[in-house]
Amino acid sequence: MSLTQAVRDKLDIPDLVTGGKSLKDVTVDIAKPNEDFPTKLWWNTFLLVLTITLIDVAIIGYLFYEGLYLLGINNPVGWGFFVVNFVFWIGIGHAGTLISAVLFLFRQGWRTGINRAAEAMTIFAVLVAASNLILHVGRPWLGFWLFPYPNERGPLWVNFRSPLIWDTFAVSTYLSISMVFWYLGLIPDLATLRDRATETWRKNLYNVLSFGWVGSARSWSHLEIVSMILAALSTPLVLSVHTIVSFDFAVSILPGWHTTIFPPYFVAGAIFSGFAMVVTLMVIAREVFNLKNYITMKHLDNMNKIMMVTGLIVGLAYGTEFFIAWYSGNEYEVFAFWNRAFGPYGWAYFIMISCNVLSPQVFWFRKLRYNIPVMFVASLVVNVGMWFERFVIMMTLNRDFLPSSWAMYTPTLFDYAMLIGTFGIFFTLFLLWCRIMPVIAIAEVKTVMPQKEGAHH
Amino acid sequence: MYLPKLEQFHKYKEMDEGVLGLFETPEAIIHAAEKAKEKDYKGFDCILPYPVHGIDEAMGTPRSGLPWVTFFAGIFGCTIGILFQYLTHAHDWPLNISGKSLNAWFAYVPIIFELTVFSAGIYTVAALCFLSGIPKATRRILHPDLTSHRFGLWIPKSAKGYNESEVLSFVKGLGGAEVTVVKPENQK
Repeated sequence: MSLTQAVRDKLDIPDLVTGGKSLKDVTVDIAKPNEDFPTKLWWNTFLLVLTITLIDVAIIGYLFYEGLYLLGINNPVGWGFFVVNFVFWIGIGHAGTLISAVLFLFRQGWRTGINRAAEAMTIFAVLVAASNLILHVGRPWLGFWLFPYPNERGPLWVNFRSPLIWDTFAVSTYLSISMVFWYLGLIPDLATLRDRATETWRKNLYNVLSFGWVGSARSWSHLEIVSMILAALSTPLVLSVHTIVSFDFAVSILPGWHTTIFPPYFVAGAIFSGFAMVVTLMVIAREVFNLKNYITMKHLDNMNKIMMVTGLIVGLAYGTEFFIAWYSGNEYEVFAFWNRAFGPYGWAYFIMISCNVLSPQVFWFRKLRYNIPVMFVASLVVNVGMWFERFVIMMTLNRDFLPSSWAMYTPTLFDYAMLIGTFGIFFTLFLLWCRIMPVIAIAEVKTVMPQKEGAHH
Repeated sequence: MYLPKLEQFHKYKEMDEGVLGLFETPEAIIHAAEKAKEKDYKGFDCILPYPVHGIDEAMGTPRSGLPWVTFFAGIFGCTIGILFQYLTHAHDWPLNISGKSLNAWFAYVPIIFELTVFSAGIYTVAALCFLSGIPKATRRILHPDLTSHRFGLWIPKSAKGYNESEVLSFVKGLGGAEVTVVKPENQK
């Protein structure tokens, strides 16, 4: 027994990979879902979400053709579900980067079990978010106007002082850096799948996907440094993306939006909802793909703790908003918050409070943190609550400065279809990805394994 | 002053001809790498399924110089961000919005930041691909277990002082479980 192992046993630190697996077992176990024929469960789920996606695509096409009047948006509520979905999905994405980047910098070994799936989740969530951002402009075929390029309309440039342009840059940078980070980690694992492949077509597929990775120590030494650099670059990127998303609101001068708490409040909410989504997905994945030795209860416990902490932060932010509204003495600000809680959308506000602030409190108890059904339900509830948080923020618009222009926002069937459609796209991409690429970082898990003959770290 | 050195940008070399020894544990490969370094087989390499800590010291490979690429690429992106926004807003298409300064640079900060991060990240990864020789579709795979659970010591023919029978007995002497001579003609 190595010294490290002895210390771990003494301190009662649970192993990150249980079941006494060898290096070869790890490869075999994790590559199994990619190599076997998909199960019936996978097919059924996939066909379901694919149907939702196809219906959604058809509806998007119809929206392109007809225009946004089909939605419930009006004056003054000009943003509606598209922006709610955008902020919600981009928030979901944050946990992935947080797990892969921030926990990497803090040398948290337990991240290796979940980082790959969380990063994939980030990418698909950001893609879904970006599609909502493009659609909400009303004439999505002119979406490329958001990018600065020499054009035929005279010396006309985008307005770099506009939060919409900041969003474009922030989201596209976030998407590209996350994708590069995720794919770089995948390359060695895809090489593993390539070398295990028996059929020619499979071998060729993974040969192309793995870029011809060999595993030379020289390449590993560069790759490790680059992973660290990308982690260090993505950490401020996580903060910046949701900060800039919050600027969409905070840069305006509307009561309820024009507040300095928005950036940290949005970032905390994003991490909160993102971790909830990771828990939802991991609970399913470890069951379906039989990965209980790699995604252990310890992993889920850690994520539940993070969910509880960020839930408390979000709760503090709700309270602070109210307090500052009152303390500012600005009657419009006071009214905006009073209207949020006790106005016509008060029900949404209380859904938000009970889902986001009250439900994570169950994780104070160790027993409940280790209880799969409890955490699964809690993570779903938190996601519902976080969607409603964005809804509540958006509905601030329904009663603005002039009572004569007040109006209610009633979502139409198209709004609901777009909302359900986002889940369809997300899960279709996620399920496809689970089929062709390993859900756990094979190479990285091997670095944190308790090895028999004294590991070198 | 700490300056980048050329050997920090060590490149991956194609594996065509040489001797490959397979080892079962990370300790064995570190030991083998140390011995190969002592023997001064310049240009030898280890093939690993995951980054084994301590292998760089054992092989005598200097720390990667890629952070330098990140640093300069970041400065480049930052400069582009500042210049582009200044030139478009204050010079090429000045718009007077409520009498604010044409060069209201506070508003440029988000995009300057994003461009800095973007170019730092992308150029670093491009440099990594260049140094690792990827992507390449027709690459010789020496042994399928090397990306799963075994560790390889690779001494290429180009190594200084390469003598096939001598190298063969050297790798066998290190406890290599499976030692093979790799020739370009028996490539699959």
